[in-house]
Amino acid sequence: MERVEEMMKGVETSEESFLSSKEYVVYTKGLRVLYNSRVAISDITLGFRGKTITAIIGPSGCGKSTLLRCINRMNDLIPGARVEGKVYFNNEDIYADGVDPFFIRYRIGMVFQRPNPFPMSIFDNVAFGLRVNGIKLTKDELRQRVKEALVKAALWDEVKDRLDANGYALSGGQQQRLCIARSLAVEPEVLLLDEPTVSLDPVSTAKIEQLLRNIVEEYTIIIVTHNMQQAARVSDYTAVLMPDQDNIGRLIEYGSTGDIFTNPRDKRTEDYIRGKVG
Amino acid sequence: MGDQVLRRRRVKIIMDKALPILLSIGVFIGVATVAALLIDVVLGGWHRLSPELVMNYPSARPTEAGMRSAILGTIYTVGLAAVICIPLSIATAFYLTEFSGTGRLPSILRYNIANLAGVPSIIFGVVGLGFLVYGLGLGRSIIAGAFTLAILTLPLVTVTCIEAIKTVPDDLRFGAYALGATKLQVARRILLPRALPMMLTGGILGVSRAIGEAAPILVISGLLFIREDPASLFDRFTVMPLQLFNWISRPQMAFRELASAGIIVLLLILLALNATAIILRHKLTKRLTE
Repeated sequence: MERVEEMMKGVETSEESFLSSKEYVVYTKGLRVLYNSRVAISDITLGFRGKTITAIIGPSGCGKSTLLRCINRMNDLIPGARVEGKVYFNNEDIYADGVDPFFIRYRIGMVFQRPNPFPMSIFDNVAFGLRVNGIKLTKDELRQRVKEALVKAALWDEVKDRLDANGYALSGGQQQRLCIARSLAVEPEVLLLDEPTVSLDPVSTAKIEQLLRNIVEEYTIIIVTHNMQQAARVSDYTAVLMPDQDNIGRLIEYGSTGDIFTNPRDKRTEDYIRGKVG
Repeated sequence: MGDQVLRRRRVKIIMDKALPILLSIGVFIGVATVAALLIDVVLGGWHRLSPELVMNYPSARPTEAGMRSAILGTIYTVGLAAVICIPLSIATAFYLTEFSGTGRLPSILRYNIANLAGVPSIIFGVVGLGFLVYGLGLGRSIIAGAFTLAILTLPLVTVTCIEAIKTVPDDLRFGAYALGATKLQVARRILLPRALPMMLTGGILGVSRAIGEAAPILVISGLLFIREDPASLFDRFTVMPLQLFNWISRPQMAFRELASAGIIVLLLILLALNATAIILRHKLTKRLTE
C-alpha cells in the first residue's frame, strides 16, 4: 500500500523492493498503450493485491478497458495495439520473450461488457475452457468441475435441470453469470471483469456483485466499472483513471475504496465521484 | 418560410411513394426477362424430356440422341472441383482472417483474391490449358477440367468464406481467446461452426456457377463427340453446356428442341443444388441455437 503510493507520487523506489513484493499478484510498471500512433494510456504503475477486489473507475474513454486488456494480453488481438512498459504476474513479466499469451489467458480469466455465451449448451460453455486447455478429466470429474463453477457463479440452481439447453436460452443476467462460470471453471488466479453489469438490470447486477464478494477469498479480482456506486459496494481498493489534456488516460489516484470515496486526495477524483464530471 | 418547408416536405413524400414504383419496374424487367426465357425453353423442350435424353449417348439422329456423356462429364468435373475448391477456400479464408496477422502481404492477397473473382472465365481456361494440360502433363482430361473449374471458383468462394468468418461476432472470438484457446481452437470450435452454413452456401453457389461454364472447358477439352462413359479421371470429357451449344448450332429443328430439353435438365440440377444449399444452411444454423 505505502509502496504503491510512493510510486504514485513519483518517489524513487528500488526495483528490487518492488519486484520482491509478494503482496501484488499483478502489477504494472510504466505501462503505456498505443493504438497505431495514438496514445491511449500512459505511465500506469499500479499493483493489484491478491484475494481482493480492485475497481478501476473513470469516465468513458479514459483507457480503463485498455488497461484491463493488458493484464491478460488481449491487446495482442487488437490490430495496431502496442504495449510498452511492464506487466508482472506473480513477479514474472508477461510481455517478456518466450511467454505464451495463451497460457497467460488460461491463468487470468476475463468477463466482458456484453454477455458472450458460445452457441452451444450451458454445459459445453462451462466445459469449454477445460477442454481447450487439454485438462484431462474423467466424465464425472468434468461434471463436478462444471457444477462447482456454476455454483460459484450463483447459477447452478437455475440451470441444473437444463444443462443441455443452449446458452442463448438464458436471460441476459443468467448469460453473464454463465460467462463468469465459464471463466471460473479453469480455476484462474485472476479474474478480470470489464464493466460486467453495464447491460444488466439492477437485480442481475446485485446478484453478480454478491457472487464476486463470495468468491474473492479464492481469486484476485479486477473490475472495470464506470458506476461509482458499484465500485464503492464491491471493491476493496480503487484506482481512478482520468484522461489528461491530450486525452491520454492516466492514473490519478489509488487507495483503499473507503479512502477514495470518503477522503479523495485529488480534486479531479472528488469532482468525479461527486458526479461533477464524466 | 413555412410554406416553403411544407412544399419541400410534399415533394419528399411524393418521392417516397414514387421510388418503390420505380424500383418495382426494375424488378419486373428482370423477372419478366427470365420468365420469358424460361417459358420459351419449357414450351420448346418439355415434350422431349425423356429417360433417353439422360441415358443415351449423343447421336447424329435426333430421336436417339441423349446427353449421358455430358451429364457424367459435368458431374465428375464439377463434383471434383467442389471437393478441391471448398476446403481450399475455407482454409485460405481462415489463414487470411485469423492466422496471417495484419501485415502487408495478407492485405495484398485479400485485395487480389477479390480482383480474381472478376476475371473472365476464359482466362482461367487458358491458364488451365497452359499450366495443367501441357505444363503438368495432365492432358485434356477430367482432372485438368476439374482443377480449372476449382481455380475458377476459388476466388469467389474464398471471398464468401472470408465474409462468413467476419459475420461471427468478435465477442465470441475474444471470449474463447480469454479462456486460453489457441488460434486453431478458436477457428475450429467457435468460428467454423458459426461460419460453416454460409461457407457451404457460398461453395454450392460457386459450384453452380461452374456448371454453367462453357468457355474454359471448351479451351481445355474442345468440342467432342463422346459415346462412352469415362473410365478414369484422365479420360477426355465433355460437359452439358458444350453439348447444348452443339445441339443449338445444328440446323435441324429436332436438335434445337433437344437443346431446350437439355436446358431444362441443367436448370433442374441447378435448382436441386440451390435447394440443397438452403436446406443445409437451415439445418446447420438450427443446430447452433438448439
